[in-house]
Amino acid sequence: MSGLMKVSSNPHIRSKVTTSNIMLAVVIALLPAAGFGIYNFGLDALILILVTVASTVLTEFLFEKGMHKKVTIGDFSAVVTGLLLALNLPPKAPWWIGVIGGVFAILVVKMLFGGLGQNFMNPALGARCFLLISYTSIMCNFECDAYTGPTPLASLKAGESVNILDMVIGKTGGTIGETSMIAIVIGACLLILLGVIDLKIPGSYIITFTVFVILFGGHGFDLSYISAQLAGGGLMLGAFFMATDYVTRPVTKKGQYMYGVVLGLLTGIFRMFGPSAEGVSYAIILGNLLVPLIEKITMPKAFGKGGERA
Amino acid sequence: MKQNSVSERLVNGLIKENPTFVLMLGMCPTLAVTTSAINGLGMGLTTMVVLALSNMFISMLRKIIPDKVRIPAFIVIIASFVTVVELLLKAFIPFLYSALGLYIPLIVVNCIILGRAEAYASKNGVILSLFDGVGMGLGFTCALTIIGAVRELIGAGELFGFMVMPESYVPCSIFVLAPGAFFVLAALTAIQNKVKIAGEKKGRDMSKIQSGCNSDCMNCGESGCSRRLIDETAQGRKEQEPAAAKGKPARREGGKEQ
Repeated sequence: MSGLMKVSSNPHIRSKVTTSNIMLAVVIALLPAAGFGIYNFGLDALILILVTVASTVLTEFLFEKGMHKKVTIGDFSAVVTGLLLALNLPPKAPWWIGVIGGVFAILVVKMLFGGLGQNFMNPALGARCFLLISYTSIMCNFECDAYTGPTPLASLKAGESVNILDMVIGKTGGTIGETSMIAIVIGACLLILLGVIDLKIPGSYIITFTVFVILFGGHGFDLSYISAQLAGGGLMLGAFFMATDYVTRPVTKKGQYMYGVVLGLLTGIFRMFGPSAEGVSYAIILGNLLVPLIEKITMPKAFGKGGERA
Repeated sequence: MKQNSVSERLVNGLIKENPTFVLMLGMCPTLAVTTSAINGLGMGLTTMVVLALSNMFISMLRKIIPDKVRIPAFIVIIASFVTVVELLLKAFIPFLYSALGLYIPLIVVNCIILGRAEAYASKNGVILSLFDGVGMGLGFTCALTIIGAVRELIGAGELFGFMVMPESYVPCSIFVLAPGAFFVLAALTAIQNKVKIAGEKKGRDMSKIQSGCNSDCMNCGESGCSRRLIDETAQGRKEQEPAAAKGKPARREGGKEQ
């Protein structure tokens, strides 16, 4: 008996991909957008980002301590939530907006539903919509030292012309992280190369939205209008960083394409026919709510199940 | 405290079977009209008056109303009192009448009132039924006032219309909108449960949701009890399965017939 090797119970092969690795990759991928936001809007943006991240991490820590649960702030998911939320705030928002948003995102949207992996809605976007409804005047005030006019999307909605090169680089008004299309795409490419996200959801989202704009935008196949719609607002940030959130996207392949199409349609409807110029946040939140239904109809059948006599 | 006494009925409605936080009845007015403390108080008191009077009258008429048409009869009685209260409000407290609006006529179909008529007033004496209605109504009023006060405080910085928050406070207006009602109701119910569980641990029995239930469903006359329905269907299913397997017609032998 002594000659036998001791074999431990499975699993024998462990993946190096952990939650904290993935979340750290997302944080790094968000840094270009955050960095450009700070460069663009100045010190206020930096303070707001720091305050928001600190409040999400602290809320998660205090909740888990208070409920005698395992403290999970080491997996960086709270940092990602805080950073995403901060990038969705206007640069001149007072610091307590970041704190309230951070507490709401972690406490109500994430922790009350059971923590990471259990929340049915993207915490950062849930908090953004909460703030948008509660403090409309603060959340819609994009005036700051550098830019005083309306956001490009708002002027587009009003029928004015916009400078597309500025929008792609990001030298326009808007929330901290949404303005620069280039910075966001750099981060997104990093995530795609690392294999953290793939193009299924962002691709189907953006293509559906483009088709919608061509059909119903009222400008036909006008390249400058379409590219302004794509580069403006939170579309890129939402498509690459928030719609692809592991917890709130469908798990099936077919479902992910369907999810992207739904998001594109909703965003198009909100932007073209809604009263406000922007609709990405609400589109993704509504898409999150549809995810259980999408998964239900796209779940592949186990071998041997289903067929005629189901 | 003695079972089924006047004081027991009052405490029962206020705390043990609080219609909003424990029984979760009458959610429609609870969520819709509690945008301010005064609206919550008004709605609660209006409902309490209707509840107490209808309970009293249904109890008086309980031996005359035939069992088969009792629900329409209850609704006629309740609707009469709601109409009286509505006209009185319109005449004497017009600001409350306009604030509550459609929700006053909707008191007719408030499930607390119909529930108490069915579960209590149609089986008990006049005085006890009156106090059962007052207790339940007080519980409803307290719950609505608290929900309204919290929503008004956070959502507008006011309390009963008076500014209480400092000048620099920016109201969080989602709390006076529909989502705020759900947030506040859920949070208050959670706090209330926490307090009750803590009380239970100290040995005080607060768990009985169905008052006077001694778990003896066979000898209990409570026909609307949800627990009894679950027991009966479970029993019926158990007996049907072997009978069907033998090919015999399924015969139902509930505990009641034996």
